[in-house]
Amino acid sequence: MATLTPMAAGATVGNPWLNIAIFASFVIVTLGIVIKVAAGKKSAGEYYTGGASFSGTQNGIAIAGDYLSAASFLGIAGAIALQGYDGFLYSIGFLVAWLVALLLVAELMRNTGRFTMADVLSYRLKQRPVRIAAATSALAVSFFYLLAQMAGAGGLVSLLLGVSGEAAQNIVIAVVGAVMIAYVMIGGMKGTTWVQIIKAILLITATAIMTVWVLGKFGFNLSGLFQGAVDTAKGSANEKTVATADKLLTPGLKYGKTDTTKIDFISLSLALVLGTAGLPHVLQRFYTVPTSKQARKSVEWAIWLIGGFYLLTLVIGFGAGALVGPDAIAKAPGKANAAAPLLAYELGGSPLLGIISGIAFATILAVVAGLTITASATFAHDLYKVAFKGGNVTQEQEMKVARWAAIGFGIIAVLGGMFAKDQNIAFLVALAFAVAASANLPTILYSLFWKRFNTRGALWSIYGGLISAITLIIFSPVVSGKPVEAATGKSPSMLQGVDFHWFPLDNPGLISIPLGFFLGWLGSVTSKEFNESKYAEMEVRSLTGHGVAEAIDH
Amino acid sequence: MSHEARDYTDNADPYLALQQTQEFGDLRRKFRGFVFPMTAFFLAWYFLYVLLSIFAPDFMGQKVFGNINIGLLMGLGQFVTTFAITMIYSRWASREFDPRADALGAKLDGIKEH
Repeated sequence: MATLTPMAAGATVGNPWLNIAIFASFVIVTLGIVIKVAAGKKSAGEYYTGGASFSGTQNGIAIAGDYLSAASFLGIAGAIALQGYDGFLYSIGFLVAWLVALLLVAELMRNTGRFTMADVLSYRLKQRPVRIAAATSALAVSFFYLLAQMAGAGGLVSLLLGVSGEAAQNIVIAVVGAVMIAYVMIGGMKGTTWVQIIKAILLITATAIMTVWVLGKFGFNLSGLFQGAVDTAKGSANEKTVATADKLLTPGLKYGKTDTTKIDFISLSLALVLGTAGLPHVLQRFYTVPTSKQARKSVEWAIWLIGGFYLLTLVIGFGAGALVGPDAIAKAPGKANAAAPLLAYELGGSPLLGIISGIAFATILAVVAGLTITASATFAHDLYKVAFKGGNVTQEQEMKVARWAAIGFGIIAVLGGMFAKDQNIAFLVALAFAVAASANLPTILYSLFWKRFNTRGALWSIYGGLISAITLIIFSPVVSGKPVEAATGKSPSMLQGVDFHWFPLDNPGLISIPLGFFLGWLGSVTSKEFNESKYAEMEVRSLTGHGVAEAIDH
Repeated sequence: MSHEARDYTDNADPYLALQQTQEFGDLRRKFRGFVFPMTAFFLAWYFLYVLLSIFAPDFMGQKVFGNINIGLLMGLGQFVTTFAITMIYSRWASREFDPRADALGAKLDGIKEH
């Protein structure tokens, strides 16, 4: 069953020109739409949030488009294909996390903020220091998230276009980056939102078709599909894969090996469930709707679409395990990230592969565009306008800075795409989640719910969470020191040939998230600062939605 | 936000006044009384699932029918509860919370006009 002859050569799959044609037509069509809906000179509000003019339903679909990134689609499908049950655990964490956003964050954020995460965090605290801190961590989280998306682009490019040389791959990544910058420059948030909506619909439709197709091959019997994945793994040429084939269906294949991996898994789970509501580009999406009721509706839609999609990836992942097989996936450029495209090729040959990879490219484009808007809004609005210039800038100046920031961030995206190509992107995204949950979420929740919270608490929590999370990542096995694998002759760590790790876990969340919360508490109780009237204003507005319309009309 | 925020500080008193009313206290209690226990519930249920997966793989691996085991059913159960909480919250918010919140917001407009 698992015969994929083109893979044997280790080269490309399908017809590269068809892949390029489908991708190019997607870019042309969406760029056309972006120009139609959103071209022209923009106010800051239009550029950052599309003038808050989207409906809850539209925004919910766009959130799904934003969230169902390359990590969700390629990464989770790959993780399920290779690790079975343990891969499925990712999608559960990614989904349940939305309840934090729904119940505690989305509506209150919409009611108290306007453009960026820092709007809410600095609302009743000292503007300048808190904005600088919030902007720093927003940029850091966006950077990690971006790295994951661009890593996905790198792997996908080499798989689909047959470019395996370092230089050729980098050129393609640069092209992806340039197209993304064009979306952002021309369309701002409005154009980007439409790209995300189109992409979400395409992605969910295509995945649903593949799911039915896979299930059809197994007589619409889920249990039979699982058996197929186990059987294929048993037929593997790799002894280790054969030995663990039965474990695909039970927990522990990846994370049950040692006590360290078990604790690592708890750390990952914590980061996943608490990270979503601290992701700046997700939070900014709540500002694209006019009211808290629409923000609620956005999250409802997002939960239904994202949850439904993850149920589909369960079938896609096991389908890739059964029909493509772990050996072919491991040999493909991009490894686990290639599982879903390879499955498409197995099912529908070159045309379906072209469509799926076109959508996967579009996914990366749309998500990176969203991240770029968030990063440029953070830079121009929080850092340049409020923190550096004390609010004394014209809208033209702010927009000019925002556009340059978008270009700068786009260049960073391209450079970042050249690193970490072989890392599983779901895993890289998990690091972004850990930083978001450590540095952003404590301050968001404290400022919305804890009266006593103040500037020192915010600064300690943001910087403490941020620095501890990043430090632990740098000294974790992710960056250095994983033993060299016999099969590839390379260490799975980012850096080869050095070992300076002392932190045992891959994911820092278990330490850095509680630390972020603790420092927020400690900083607050050791400082007397309390702004009674701003607190009243923030709390009343957050719950009643008072003044939210005025802020938009402004 | 800073510009808007500054405009409002001059009128900060109405907010303070409203915050100290009985009705606003009730609204806050009602909101927190719903979202906090719900959050505690879904986090507890999620971590129960995570911890069982990692520390009781044999239990989670017990087959219920075919290749479908307890762990998989509990995992799908996480999807079910997430969808259910979303629906319950949405219904609660539009029936119980929104009318009260809107009424208080309207009242604030009344205070500010005086």
